Amino acid sequence: MNSNSPDYQQKTLLQRLNWQDWLYALVLAAGAVFAYTRYAQYMDIYEVGFLFGATAVFSYLGWQWKRLSILVLGIGAVSVFSINLYQGEQARATQVFLLKYLISSQSAIMWMNVLFVLAMATYWFALYKRSEFTGKVATALTWSATLFGFVGLMVRWYESYLIAPDVGHIPISNLYEVFVLFCLITALLYLHYEQRLNTKQLGGFVLLVVNAAVGFILWYTFDRQAHNIQPLVPALQSYWMKIHVPANFVGYGAFSLAAMVASAYLLANKGVLASRLPELDVLDDLMYKSIAVGFAFFTIATILGAMWAAEAWGGYWSWDPKETWALIVWLNYAAWLHLRMVKGFRGPVLAWWALIGLIVTTFAFLGVNMFLSGLHSYGTL
Amino acid sequence: MRFAVSLLSILGIASVVGTVLKQNEPYENYIIKFGQFWFGLFEQLGLYDVYHSSWFLVILLFLIVSTSLCVYRNGPLMIKEWRTFKEHASEKSLNAFSHQATFDMTSGLNVTKQQLMQFLQAKGFQYKSVVHADGGELIAAKAGTHQRWGYIFTHTAMVIILLGGVLDGNLPFKVQEMLGHKRIETLDIPESQVPEASRLSTSNPSFRANMTLPEGTSDHVAFVRVRDGYLVQELPFTVALKDFRIEHYATGQPKSFESDLVIIDPDLKEPITKTISVNHPLLYKGIAIYQSDFQDGGTALDFNVWNLFAPDNQPQPLAGAIFGKGTLGEGDDALTVEYNDFRKFNIINMSPDGKGKPHNVGPNITYKLRDNKGQAIEYVTYMQPMQIDGKHYFVAGMRQTVQDEFRYLRIPIDDELSINGFMNFRAIMLDAAKYPEIARKIARNSLDVGKDPAVVKQFENSVVQLLTIFAQGGYSQVAQIIEKNVPEKEREVVASTYIKMVRVAAYEAYNMGLAANKKPLLVSDAKTEALLRDSLNSFSDMFFYGSPYFLQLEQFEHKEASGLQLTKSPGQKWVYLGSVLLVLGIFSMMYIRERRIWLLLKPDANQVLFAMASNRKNLDFEQEFNVYREQLKGLLT
Ligand code: HEM
Repeated sequence: MNSNSPDYQQKTLLQRLNWQDWLYALVLAAGAVFAYTRYAQYMDIYEVGFLFGATAVFSYLGWQWKRLSILVLGIGAVSVFSINLYQGEQARATQVFLLKYLISSQSAIMWMNVLFVLAMATYWFALYKRSEFTGKVATALTWSATLFGFVGLMVRWYESYLIAPDVGHIPISNLYEVFVLFCLITALLYLHYEQRLNTKQLGGFVLLVVNAAVGFILWYTFDRQAHNIQPLVPALQSYWMKIHVPANFVGYGAFSLAAMVASAYLLANKGVLASRLPELDVLDDLMYKSIAVGFAFFTIATILGAMWAAEAWGGYWSWDPKETWALIVWLNYAAWLHLRMVKGFRGPVLAWWALIGLIVTTFAFLGVNMFLSGLHSYGTL
Repeated sequence: MRFAVSLLSILGIASVVGTVLKQNEPYENYIIKFGQFWFGLFEQLGLYDVYHSSWFLVILLFLIVSTSLCVYRNGPLMIKEWRTFKEHASEKSLNAFSHQATFDMTSGLNVTKQQLMQFLQAKGFQYKSVVHADGGELIAAKAGTHQRWGYIFTHTAMVIILLGGVLDGNLPFKVQEMLGHKRIETLDIPESQVPEASRLSTSNPSFRANMTLPEGTSDHVAFVRVRDGYLVQELPFTVALKDFRIEHYATGQPKSFESDLVIIDPDLKEPITKTISVNHPLLYKGIAIYQSDFQDGGTALDFNVWNLFAPDNQPQPLAGAIFGKGTLGEGDDALTVEYNDFRKFNIINMSPDGKGKPHNVGPNITYKLRDNKGQAIEYVTYMQPMQIDGKHYFVAGMRQTVQDEFRYLRIPIDDELSINGFMNFRAIMLDAAKYPEIARKIARNSLDVGKDPAVVKQFENSVVQLLTIFAQGGYSQVAQIIEKNVPEKEREVVASTYIKMVRVAAYEAYNMGLAANKKPLLVSDAKTEALLRDSLNSFSDMFFYGSPYFLQLEQFEHKEASGLQLTKSPGQKWVYLGSVLLVLGIFSMMYIRERRIWLLLKPDANQVLFAMASNRKNLDFEQEFNVYREQLKGLLT
């Protein structure tokens, strides 16, 4: 009889918060207020809304997932430090030692690339050796890579304003920048599930797709000089971009994650690595969850895109190739979800489908820009 | 259900077709691409405008109907599931559950019941209890049944979105077209002559039309492009364009497009003035006006026209305006000039490897020269000299058909950054009367020739001969003559001698041109070498330019036209409403988890039967069941 202190009582989120959580939220809020007082002249009312909205969202996410809050604080601290080193001069990116080799936007992104490659190798090694410690190292490497990547983007944001105030813009406006974003979001989604499921065996798989993107970034940087910051074409000068693009990339990231889990599922199902990988049920569940998250965000992103199009192009739907392919991707996963939920499908068929879904998604993401022309003006190769 | 998935797939595939084949191109492009036979077939299939074809519409309608039916059939079921506690479950059926457990009851019935209810409350379950005939009691609980609304929301949302989309499509026109009341206009005639059958009245509920307004003009109709023709959409007001502006970044790329519009409407006391730009449209009377693009509005142009093959070097003035026409030459050889486009800024990447930064190379003009047989050659000329590999040239391109790339004539500038140096040089090189003097000068300066009058004469003759040939077709003419008259073994030697001689002649010719204009003469250095090489190349290329006229743009008075898009889309609010529903629906379907718990209290056996179920069996559910089982066990025993 322990009815006096029933231990089944669940605490609400607010009850669970401790002083560190509140401090974290306070720091974020202070940062937002600081940014507001400093940069209000560049923001319209929606962007002010996004700034404080982001504060709330990241506070909440950080409360739910403590490691994320550490990452957010780390990104903030390193970015502010880096920006201070610039002292308002872009040229210092190649003169100051720390900037040149570590935390100018370009170097930070390079570090991200390097760390992702190392992390993948370490994950595979950990899987092969069944070594817990190596797995922890791999996780730490992945976290560092995301730290550097986000710092790179934040500093790039600042750098764009150094070129000229009217050139300044959030760094999610061309193919180079969104590829970095893609790597980061996919890695974060993975890290989240890694912790939730307490399994590090999938890291090598997920980082395959991240490193494919890293390869693209490297090629794009060295062969095409794509890392140079370009001003925004008029159509992209909209607050919509700030929510449409990230929402899309949560979708792409989650679909990619699902596809890589699907590949692990298919291998395990054939008996390959089965003793090292998580149970099939766990993989199947993760695949579903990931597609569900992706689907929800992709829906939002497509709707936001339609609203933006209504403002920029004069119609919420123009059958522009990018739009149409977004629809195709969406229909594809809608069909996937139907089969699973309504018909109760499970297993290899859906795993294959999720894997092929990645091809469709990649085409929507990259192929459209390469092969089809349309109204979407960012990111031709 | 299988039907639904099939429809989703067909819609997907149909959409792919429309992205692979470029839509709404001018029909001649398709004919060139596919040939007449396939062109006709594809046209029948509506492949050039997939998303407005009848079959695509039919797929959409199918989707609307089948999804509506699906909601109609499953909706009531979902609502029932949402409401019910399933409190009529029998002990037998509960025993058959895969997730169930039995605990001993250590306290009395009422105490236990109280504890269990508190437990359920703490876990966020709603419950209902029924007393059974045998004295037992069943507590039936549910949580997350709102999930069931997710189904209704998503699927109703899809129907609403699709209906909204159809509302904004061109269904009314399609029906009228099929009935023969309306037809598209395919001829390029003035708007006022477009017949009634190709006009849409102001009461047309939805449209997406375009309007091109030159600065300082106004209009009250817009054009709807349909397949290879158009319709005239009448507007309930007049739109006037006061000014159109493009702003640029420091690098020259466009930063903003803005139009100062005036809306004139008898219903208004005062006209509305508003500046629109990309991402900032104007809404009036349900019609949204967008900045979509821009083009030339009839820029006035002043040219100097050089006749490349006439030895006299006086250019003739020529005035025109974009979209206008002019004439060059007389009689049978006369050419019509059609001024097609003027661009004030041209951002081009001029670095040889394509890796440098693009920059603005200044205005250019595109025009066509058409002969009396109707054959036309397209030209593009840049107004200012362009820097290529460190040197400056006047650049003009020509091409025979739209499919070709432009081929460029590069004319080197002179010391005064003008084209005159080359033009004077060209005039002398074409003027046979000047050749003896050139030959004499070369002979005098040349050590090899010696003093023997006969040798000198012979040398001079050969120079004159060479220049005559060169004037007939430049290097390629010289090459042809060599090929005809010189044995193969000696060709290379002869060719290099000729080239050297042409170079020397060019030096003299250029200087004669300068002297005639009292300009300082060239000195022999590397820069002069380069200038002469370029000048001779241009001279030779001149013969491939396709017409004798070189149009040099002297002045322009820029007039722009703003491209506006006007849309009326009554379906938009429905689409947005549907979108909100869709998001709500998807989130509730995926993030609300329906779970049910039954607790059967059996006082006779002093036992509690715990059963749990969910409509989605996944890992979360397994875990939750295990946790609850342990907690209940702790609570009860
Ligand atoms: C316009 C086409 C349709 C779209 C875009 C669509 C979309 C969706 C989506 C997004 C889900 C949710 C999956 C999830 O919760 O993760 C779903 C579930 C479902 N759909 Fe559809 N659907 C369509 C047509 C239909 C049709 C025609 C039927 C009729 C047979 C149908 C029956 C169902 C059922 C029964 C569910 C599962 C509901 C549940 O278990 O809670 N759908 N659909």
